[in-house]
Amino acid sequence: MAEHTIKAFDDEIDRLRGLIAEMGGRAEAAIENAMLALQRQDLALAAEVVEGDKRIDAIEAEVEKLVIEVIALRAPMANDLRDVIAALKIVSVIERIGDYAKNIAKRVPLIATNKRLLEPMSLLPSMGQVAAEMVHDVLNAYAARDPDLAQAVVDRDAVVDDFYNSVFRTLVTFMVENPKTISECAQLLFVAKHIERIGDHATNVAEMVYYAATGQTMPERERGGTEVQAEI
Amino acid sequence: MTQDQINLAIANPKMSARDVNVFYGEKQAIKRVSIDVDMDNVTAFIGPSGCGKSTFLRTLNRMNDTVASARVEGEITLDGEDIYATSMDVVQLRARVGMVFQKPNPFPKSIYENIAYGPRIHGLAASKADMDVVVEKSLRRAGLWEEVKDRLHDSGTALSGGQQQRLCIGRAIAVEPEVILMDEPCSALDPIATAKIEELIHELRGRYAIVIVTHNMQQAARVSQRTAFFHLGELVEYGVTSDIFTNPRQERTKDYITGRYG
Repeated sequence: MAEHTIKAFDDEIDRLRGLIAEMGGRAEAAIENAMLALQRQDLALAAEVVEGDKRIDAIEAEVEKLVIEVIALRAPMANDLRDVIAALKIVSVIERIGDYAKNIAKRVPLIATNKRLLEPMSLLPSMGQVAAEMVHDVLNAYAARDPDLAQAVVDRDAVVDDFYNSVFRTLVTFMVENPKTISECAQLLFVAKHIERIGDHATNVAEMVYYAATGQTMPERERGGTEVQAEI
Repeated sequence: MTQDQINLAIANPKMSARDVNVFYGEKQAIKRVSIDVDMDNVTAFIGPSGCGKSTFLRTLNRMNDTVASARVEGEITLDGEDIYATSMDVVQLRARVGMVFQKPNPFPKSIYENIAYGPRIHGLAASKADMDVVVEKSLRRAGLWEEVKDRLHDSGTALSGGQQQRLCIGRAIAVEPEVILMDEPCSALDPIATAKIEELIHELRGRYAIVIVTHNMQQAARVSQRTAFFHLGELVEYGVTSDIFTNPRQERTKDYITGRYG
C-alpha cells in the first residue's frame, strides 16, 4: 500500500499494528501455556499465565489511547478508518481471549488435586490446540489484510464446537460413573467452555479483519449442525 | 470500469451534465463528465488543485462564458432544458442557478441594498413594503437576520468575514434560485464562521439544489450527502458520501481521501 503524504501517520499505523501483533502473540502463548499447565499439572506455569495477563490488558489500554489519538489528530478515512476501528474492536476481543486463558490457568490447582489425569481430559489438549491456531491464523490474516485467511478461521470454528459437544458428553458420562470426581470434572467443563468461547472470539476477530480488508461484511456462513449443544 | 460503477443514478435530477468537455484554448480541463444533481441532497465536488472541480462547477451557470479562451462541449440541462441553447437567457439562468464564491464579495453598499439589488433588477418586488419582506426573508434564511436587523443600512463590507459570506448567500437566495453553487465558501473563514455556514447549508437543503466545491474533505463529509471525486479533469467516482468516505470503489479516490495522493 502506498505511503501517506504525512509519514508520521504511517508510523502510528505501524505502531498500532505492532502492538496488536504482540498482544495476539501473548494471548496465543497464554492459551498454549494454560493447556500445558493443565496437562502437566504445573502450578508454577499456571501462575505465570495468570501474571502474564496483566501485560495483555496493558497493551489493550495502550492501543485504545493510540486509536483515539489517531482519530482525533489524523481524521483517518476509508480503509485507514476501517483499520483503526477494527484495531479498537480487535484488542477488546483479544483481551477477552487472554481472560479465558487466565481462567483456565486459575482452574489448574482445582483440577490438579487428584494427582492423576482424568480420562475425559484426553480431548482437551487437541481442542486447545485448534483454538490457539485460530488465534494465531487470525492474527496473520490481520497482519496480511487477508480476507481469505480470515474466512478460513471462521470455517474452523465448527471444529472447536464439535470438540466441545463431545467433551461435554464424555464428562457428563464420566461424572455419572465416577461421582467422586464431580468437583474436578465440573472445572473441566468450564475449561472446555472457555476454549469454545476462545474459538468464537477468534471468529469475531476474523470478521473484523474481513471488514477492514474489504469494506464488506463477511457473508453469512453455512452451519452444518455444529451448533454448541449445551451452554453452561 | 463502466459508467454505472463510478456514477450514481439520481431519480429526479435538477441538473444533468452529459459528456461535458471543457477546453481552455488547447488544454482540455474537463474530460467527458456526466453527472446528475438533485434537490434533496447536497452534492460536494472534491479533488486536488487543478482537477477541474471549480471549472466544472462554473459550467453549471455558464460562468465560463466570461473566459474568452474557454469552450464547453456536451450537454448541460436544468429541468431538462439545455442551458447552452441560444434561446437561454444567461442573466435569467444565473438567477436560477446562483453562485457563492470563495472570498465574500458583498457590494460596497448597505446590507439592505446587497439583498435588494437582485430582486430589484429581476422585478421581484413591486413596492418598498414588498422589498422589506424579501430582504427580511432572505436574511432569515441566510441565518443573518438576528445579527443585522438593527443595522440594515450599515455597509455590508463592515460585517465580519463569516457574516459577509452569509450576506452573499442571502443575496443569492433573494432572487429565488433553484440551484446554489458554492465555490469553497468557507476557505477564508475561521472554524466558528465555517460551522455557521455548514449549518446554513444543512437548513437550505431540500429548498435548493446545492453543489459545493471544497478542498476540505472533512467539510465535504459533514455537509454533503453525495460526493463526486475529480482528478485530472475526470469524474473518477460519484457516490453516497458515507460510502465514498468509508469504502471508495476506486483506487484513486481511496488514495486521495486517505492522504496518499501524489
